[in-house]
Amino acid sequence: MATKASRTAARMMISPAVVLLLGWMLVPLSLTIYFSFLRYNLITPGTNPFVGWENYYWFLTDPSFKAAMINTLVLVGGVLLITVVGGILMALLLDQPMWGQGIIRIMVIAPFFVMPTVSGLIWKNMFMNPVNGIFGHIAQGLGVEPISFFSQIPLLSIIFIVSWQWLPFATLILLTALQSLDQEQLEAAEMDGASWISRFFYIMLPHLARSITVVILIQTIFLLSIFAEILVTTNGGPGTSTTNLTYLIYVASLLQFDVGMGSAGGVIAIILANIVAIFLMRMIGKNLDA
Amino acid sequence: MGRIQLSQVSKVFGDVEVIPPLDLDIEDGEFMVFVGPSGCGKSTLLRLIAGLEDVTTGSIVIDGSDATTVPPAKRGLAMVFQSYALYPHMSVRKNIAFPMKMARMPQDEQVRRLEAAAQVLNLTEYLDRRPGQLSGGQRQRVAIGRAIVREPAAFLFDEPLSNLDAALRVGMRLEISELHKRLQTTMVYVTHDQVEAMTMADKIVVLHAGVIEQVGSPLELYRSPQNTFVAGFIGSPKMNFIEGPEAASHDAHTVGIRPEHIDVSSGSGTWTGTVGVSEHLGSDTFFHVTVDELSQLLTVRAGGEVDLHYGDTIHLTPNLDHLHRFDERGLRIS
Amino acid sequence: MARSVKTSRKAVTTLVAGTLGLLMFFPVLWIVILSFKSEGDAIKAPLAVLFSTDWTTESYGAVQARSDYLKHFSNSVVISFGSTFLGLLVAIPAAWAMAFVPGKRTKDVLMWMLSTKMLPPVGVLVPIYLIFRDLGILDSRVGLVFVLMMINLPIIIWMLFTYFREIPGEILEAARMDGASLREEIIHVLTPMAIPGIASTVLLNIILAWNEAFWTLNLTSAKAAPLTAFIASYSSPEGLFYAKLSAASVMAIAPILILGWFSQKQLVRGLTFGAVK
Repeated sequence: MATKASRTAARMMISPAVVLLLGWMLVPLSLTIYFSFLRYNLITPGTNPFVGWENYYWFLTDPSFKAAMINTLVLVGGVLLITVVGGILMALLLDQPMWGQGIIRIMVIAPFFVMPTVSGLIWKNMFMNPVNGIFGHIAQGLGVEPISFFSQIPLLSIIFIVSWQWLPFATLILLTALQSLDQEQLEAAEMDGASWISRFFYIMLPHLARSITVVILIQTIFLLSIFAEILVTTNGGPGTSTTNLTYLIYVASLLQFDVGMGSAGGVIAIILANIVAIFLMRMIGKNLDA
Repeated sequence: MGRIQLSQVSKVFGDVEVIPPLDLDIEDGEFMVFVGPSGCGKSTLLRLIAGLEDVTTGSIVIDGSDATTVPPAKRGLAMVFQSYALYPHMSVRKNIAFPMKMARMPQDEQVRRLEAAAQVLNLTEYLDRRPGQLSGGQRQRVAIGRAIVREPAAFLFDEPLSNLDAALRVGMRLEISELHKRLQTTMVYVTHDQVEAMTMADKIVVLHAGVIEQVGSPLELYRSPQNTFVAGFIGSPKMNFIEGPEAASHDAHTVGIRPEHIDVSSGSGTWTGTVGVSEHLGSDTFFHVTVDELSQLLTVRAGGEVDLHYGDTIHLTPNLDHLHRFDERGLRIS
Repeated sequence: MARSVKTSRKAVTTLVAGTLGLLMFFPVLWIVILSFKSEGDAIKAPLAVLFSTDWTTESYGAVQARSDYLKHFSNSVVISFGSTFLGLLVAIPAAWAMAFVPGKRTKDVLMWMLSTKMLPPVGVLVPIYLIFRDLGILDSRVGLVFVLMMINLPIIIWMLFTYFREIPGEILEAARMDGASLREEIIHVLTPMAIPGIASTVLLNIILAWNEAFWTLNLTSAKAAPLTAFIASYSSPEGLFYAKLSAASVMAIAPILILGWFSQKQLVRGLTFGAVK
């Protein structure tokens, strides 16, 4: 509801943002799709012939693609499982009355603000290094053989590091959601004779359901693109055991300079991310109407 | 000066016609009230006059010049909003001075008008407070102050009292009426409360579904409502409507009789009925009576403290001089 | 109504939550401690490190001397602040338009803007890399400011939109009736009222830009490398110098940890696009 004059003004004020984002989306996207059909390698200059689906064929049949897909799924799934379950428990705990709640909350949230390269390196060197890391020292103290994290359980180690970074995010969002729960609802349930456990399952969990979905969707978007943690710890190895889709495309594009192959991978990554994005957008869109 | 003329003004949102084309003339110095149930288009009409919405068709003339496409800032009107719309980050002083600042008025003139307005509205002590530190009534006065200092051609009020509690509302009603008497400036006032309309207006516009049902002084509307809608809307408690043989006996499709125009007697009368719920207000008592002859519920007024109880039988006599007759389209038969 | 809770129960909760909080925070705490130790002390067993009383700030000096920490720090500042403020310039008018003059397609536009954020960066890595190479802005601050502005623009617009939407439209209409032009309306009324919202938007976006570690790693090599890339260079043998790695890390995360603590509440709203408040 407004006048014609203000609608004209609005159109003018929104256009820079729209033009920029449209360019940002369309130009690289169409180039990626275009490159994905070319044989195009930066170290063998010359013509870049059109090769149809060849890049897709080689990318999809490469055994490291299958490994990368599995790693991506395990990485995303593992982190989601740890952060969501952990986040619910942490949120429930932090919602209880206690002393020094502010300080405790700050400590819990801190890992989220640590840049990915730093957290990768801290864990790799100060904790998971079998000789000088804290875990190594603890193992020695207990008289057991220290684990060499990045050669024995590389993917699990990365899941652990990433979970440490994202647990605060899940906790913070679920705690916020929990605090918005109407206390009278809980009191009514208590009057109705519901035990603590039934109050959790029948009232708190349904109230949190929406936020849990949001946490899962948003984390998935970010987790599909995990890159820096892998780069500074394992470089995708040993072998391909910690190579996820993002890292695989990075290797093809910027280490092997195979633009065509990298682009084909990029298109596949976009398609996968879009499947998640559709669900996320529905959730957020619904909220817009409210 | 503040004469506002609307001719063939209409408003369409999407494909909903909120206001079908209408004509209206607001005289200079008049206190005009738009009244009607919520969703009747009264606020939209006010916003069209303000320039906050574009008219779909028609023209708006303010003081003889066409203002249809003039932006709100240039129409020389001031508006008081339902939420007061005070600027929360500015002190009362700055709030009131804002329109003068926007008009780049000389500083000394700004101070003079500000102080005069603060004086009139009893805000002098509060000038340095923020709106958040004021009570509802004080905020209301700041909003009025902000409107006064512009010395506008007309004031527009959009349900200004609906956020106040009942006692304050009565007080502010008097203050606004008093302000009008003193300034003699045109005021256009939107409300859904017919009591406000009746007590404040020189002239009332009754709106229903975007259509003007009737324009007239409060007493005109009370005495001779042009249709059943106006008859039912103006007056409290509502007018009683009777259809069927009783109406036919008066050569009408529907007859209406106000609760205050029915005499109550324990002895005899035209109709006999049984008392249901009674509402004792002290000065008046209202009875909801099930009338045997009509087999329907009528509301009647009895003066003062009448000692009648639930289930008592009473006799009612309508005052035929005040009987309103309507045809099958609901229009008045005179 | 808050109910009183038994002190003993409160004590147990505090103990459990405090322990968990300390565990989560421990890695950060640990590098702060290590950064003030000599390299020799830093690789000792944890208890030995804790109880040694030799403190030194030599690592901080060494980090600056050996790899010009300040250059990378200033790159981080320029890139995160620059991208945020440029983004704000584009986003404030856009958010104003969508919040106060919503049209039939406003919702679609908002959702579309959000969808650009869903585009996985690796999907457009190759073309962006090649375009930057051809424009000669690989490893430049300008290039990174632009990229980070673009990837955060949807978040900035969304956050501002959700804040603006909470400002009653009547106040802006009142300003219009009071004779304010569109520019005056935005400067004198909207912006001051939205300052808290704008501040938290700025804060969150500085944090996100500061920690961004895909584009900063792939589009820089030395000159324009911000702290994310600088720290990554410790992944090779230098990582074995625990004290120096710690000192470098502490300096890289400290500013953002402090900012982050101030913005906990806004973080939730910003990162969930208003879906959780």
